[in-house]
Amino acid sequence: MDILRRTFMQSAGAIAAVLGAGLIKPASLWAAAWNKPAFEARALADALKGIGATDATPSIDILIKAPDLAENGARVQIEVTSRIPGTRTMAIIAEKNPFPLIASFEFSNGAEAFISTYIKMGESANVRAVVNAEGKIYTAAKEVRVTIGGCGA
Amino acid sequence: MAEAMKIRAQMQGEIADIKVLILHPMETGQRKDAQGEAIPIHFIKQVTATLNGKVVLDAQWSQGIAKNPFLGFKIKGAKAGDKVSVSWSDNKGEANSIETTIAAAN
Repeated sequence: MDILRRTFMQSAGAIAAVLGAGLIKPASLWAAAWNKPAFEARALADALKGIGATDATPSIDILIKAPDLAENGARVQIEVTSRIPGTRTMAIIAEKNPFPLIASFEFSNGAEAFISTYIKMGESANVRAVVNAEGKIYTAAKEVRVTIGGCGA
Repeated sequence: MAEAMKIRAQMQGEIADIKVLILHPMETGQRKDAQGEAIPIHFIKQVTATLNGKVVLDAQWSQGIAKNPFLGFKIKGAKAGDKVSVSWSDNKGEANSIETTIAAAN
């Protein structure tokens, strides 16, 4: 066997072994591609459209824990819990941010429909959660007043 | 990069409580430096968490997540000794991951 070819085959074999062992995760294995149209939307309506939430049903079973008044918009703590059975995804939106869609989460294999994180808020606005449970879309919102906007943070 | 993540995982009854901290600038692209030059956008786009190798949480983020992101989540059916791993990648192709073993409840 030609030495170059042999080296190549050995490398290919090594790469295949590494991939097989799950040590390297090709980008294509991410469960969902980054939702560019929704994340790059500047208008709330476009962001909602991008996550398929134009016709969401208001629900009291989505609990949003956030401060009534946030002094620093650069770091606003939020916790969202969905009590809706079969909740599969959860999106978090700050309605008046330059790019309203902040994050989306997909739960599987026992993960509870719960997220705790810190977000940036440019100004006082509704923090909105959108949930997909068994193909149906539900939403809830909580107003957060912001003293110092966090857009430049 | 190696020390740029922290993770804590502990049982609370039937549920594992996971807390993750990531050191990352989460630049919005809207800030300017002291010279008035725009600071390029730099943010984590994807975060994945696994329990014993199976995906439990798959997240997509924008630059609207606060600097040095915190992520808390919960896994039902996990038990002390199980392995939880969290990995992220950003818009510049940088990435990191961390793994821990779930501690028993206090």
